[in-house]
Amino acid sequence: MSVASALSAPPSRRVPAGRLAVYALVAVIGVVLALAPFLLHGNVRGIDVAARICIFIVLVASYDLLIGYTGIVSFAHTMFFGLGAYGTAIALKAMGPSFGALALGGAAGVALALVLAVLIGLLSLRVKAIFFAMVTLAAASVMLVLASQLSDITGGEDGLIYDIPRFFSPANRLFTDADGKVVRLFDVPLNGRVALYYFVFLSALVLFLLMVRIVRSPLGTVLEAIRENETRAEAIGYRVVAYRTAIFCLAAVIAALAGILRAVWLKYTGPEAALSFAIMIDILLMVVIGGMGTMIGAIIGVVIMSLAQFYLKDLMQAAADATNGLPLVPDLLNPDRWLLWLGLLFILLVYFFPAGIAGTLMGKGGHK
Amino acid sequence: MQNLKGIVERAGGVYLLPVAIAAVTFFLIPPSTWTTLTIAGLAMGMMIFLMASGLSLVFGLMDVLNFGHSAFVSFGAFIAASVLAALASWVSGGSVALNIAALLLAIAAATVFGAAAGWFFERVVVKPVYKDHLRQILVTMGALIVAEQLILAIWGGAPIAVPRPTILEGSIVIGNVAIETYRVFAFLLGLAVYVALYLVLNRTRIGLLIRAGVENREMVEALGFRIDRLFIGVFMAGSALAAMGGAMWAGYQALITPALGAEMLILVFIVVIIGGLGSIEGSLLGAVMVGLTANYVAFLMPKMALASNMVLMMVILLWRPYGLKPAVQK
Repeated sequence: MSVASALSAPPSRRVPAGRLAVYALVAVIGVVLALAPFLLHGNVRGIDVAARICIFIVLVASYDLLIGYTGIVSFAHTMFFGLGAYGTAIALKAMGPSFGALALGGAAGVALALVLAVLIGLLSLRVKAIFFAMVTLAAASVMLVLASQLSDITGGEDGLIYDIPRFFSPANRLFTDADGKVVRLFDVPLNGRVALYYFVFLSALVLFLLMVRIVRSPLGTVLEAIRENETRAEAIGYRVVAYRTAIFCLAAVIAALAGILRAVWLKYTGPEAALSFAIMIDILLMVVIGGMGTMIGAIIGVVIMSLAQFYLKDLMQAAADATNGLPLVPDLLNPDRWLLWLGLLFILLVYFFPAGIAGTLMGKGGHK
Repeated sequence: MQNLKGIVERAGGVYLLPVAIAAVTFFLIPPSTWTTLTIAGLAMGMMIFLMASGLSLVFGLMDVLNFGHSAFVSFGAFIAASVLAALASWVSGGSVALNIAALLLAIAAATVFGAAAGWFFERVVVKPVYKDHLRQILVTMGALIVAEQLILAIWGGAPIAVPRPTILEGSIVIGNVAIETYRVFAFLLGLAVYVALYLVLNRTRIGLLIRAGVENREMVEALGFRIDRLFIGVFMAGSALAAMGGAMWAGYQALITPALGAEMLILVFIVVIIGGLGSIEGSLLGAVMVGLTANYVAFLMPKMALASNMVLMMVILLWRPYGLKPAVQK
C-alpha cells in the first residue's frame, strides 16, 4: 500500500536515512501489492499470499492501535476478526451468494463485535492492563470453543464452505471486446478474480489510510498520552476509560471488517482460518517485529512474517537435513518448529529493539 | 437486611459461595451423580489450585504476571508421564511400595524440574522487564510459544498415554456412589499443599515477609529486607507447584497433548481473576468454584462447560472488580 506520500515529513526538515529506507520499502511493497494480479500472473499461490498480506496489514494495524498507541494488550483480536468472518460466512451460506447477504452478514458480524467490545471494555478496562489481558484471553478462548461446538450454525471444526457473489467468480467478464471475449490487459484476463483482488486491496487500503488518519488526529494524541502516563492524562481532564473503550471498539470494528475480507477471499471460514489462537500469536509477532506504535510497522511486520513462513521453513529443512546425525538438533530445526525460532526472535526484539524494525530504523525510541 | 448480611459474614462470607453452588445443584441432579460430580469438582479444583496459587503469589509480590506459567504445567505433565512410562514395571506391578515410589518419583521429578525452570525463567526472562507490564506480557507470551514448541520438538505432537499406578486405579464404592481413587488422592494432595502454604505464610518469618511484601513492597524494602531474593524463592515455589499440578493433571486425564498448557492457562486465569490476585485463599476459593461449576454444568448442559466458567467470571467481576478475596484491598 503506497502511503509514503501521506506519511512523509515536510520537505523543509531533513529526513534521516533510516526513515527514507522504511518509506522506500513500504512504497515497493505498496506497488507490488497494487499490481499483484499483473506481476504474479498465473501464480495462484502468489496472489493468495498478496491478498493475505493486504488483509493482515489491516488486522495488525488495528491491533497496533491498541498495543502500540494506547498500551492495551488484548488477546481477543482474533475473536473480532472471526466474528466478521463468521457473520459473512453464515449469511452467504444461508441466503445464497448475493451482495445483500454479504452486506447483511458482514454488518451483523461487525455489530456483534462492537457490542462485545463495549461489554468487555466497560467491564474490564477500568482495572489494570494485566487484568484486561487475562479477561480478553478467556473471552477469546470461550468464543473458539463456542464456534467449534455450535456446529449447526458454524460448521464446527470443519468450518463453512460457501459461494461468493457471481461478480467475483473467474467466469465473470468485467470487460468484453467486440467478439464477446474477455479483455486482456498485459495478458491478464480481466475477470471476476481480478475484481475480487482489487476489492480486497482497495478495502484494505482505505481502512489502513483511515487508521493512519486516526492516529494523526487529536484522538491519536490523547491515546499516546494515556499510554505514556495514564494518571497525568486523567489529571489533565481526559476520561481515560472512555477513550480506551472507544479505541478498543474501533479496533474491534476494523478487525471485524478485515474478517469480512478474509471470508470473501477464502470462500471458507473455520476455526483455524479465522479464530484460532495461532492467528493471535501471528498478529502479536507481526506487530512487535514491525514496530509497535508506528502503523507503518504493520506493513513491514506482515510482509516479513508472511515471507518467513514460506522461506524460513525451506531454510530450516535444509539445516535439519544437514544436521541429520545429531540428537535433538534436527527436531529443533524441523520446519514445523519455525515458531520456536520466531518466538526466540520475538523475545530478543522485545528486550533489545522494543520499537521493532520500523521504529528502530525511523529513529523513534521504544516506548515504555 | 443488615442482620442477614452480618449472619452471612460471620458464617464465612464469600467462602459460602462454593457451598451455595453445591446446594443449588443438589436439587437439580440425582444424589448419587451429585456426589460423584462434587468429588470430581473438588479434585479438579484442587489441581487447578496447585497451578494457580504460584501465579497469584508471584503477581501479588512483584506485580509480575507470568503468561508463561502454563509452560510449567505442560512440562510437569510431560515429565511425569515420561517418568511413569520409564518405570512401567513398577507402575503396573502389584507391589504397593513400588507403586508409591513410582508415583512419588514422577511428582518429585516434575516438581524439581518446575523449581529449576522457574529459577531460569525468573533470571533470564522476567528479570529484565520488571515494572513494565506491556513488555512483561509480550516476553512471557513469547516464552510460552518457545516452551510449547520445545515440548513439540521433544515429545512430538501425538497424544501421550499416562500410565496410572495400580493403587490409584479403580474406585471406592460406598452404597451406590462410586468414587475414583485418583480423585481422592488429588484432593488430599491439594489440601495438604494448601495447609502447608497456609502455615508457611501465616506462621513463619518468611511467610510474614511475603505477606508484608504483597501488602507494600517499598516499605519492606525500606526496612532493609531483600524482597527480590525472596521473590526468586516464591517464583521457584510457584513454578514447582504448577509443575506438580501438571503432573497430577496428567494422571487425571490419562492422555495428554501439548495443547494441555494453553487449556489450563485459561482456567488458571479465570481462577485468579475470580479469587483476586495475590492471595492463596482467593485462589483456593476460585479453584473450587471453577471445578464445581465445570463439573455440574458439564452434566446439566454439556455444551456450556467452558463458557460457564466465563459467565461465572463475568458475574463476579461485575460484583467485585478485584475478585472475591484480593490480597490488598484497593
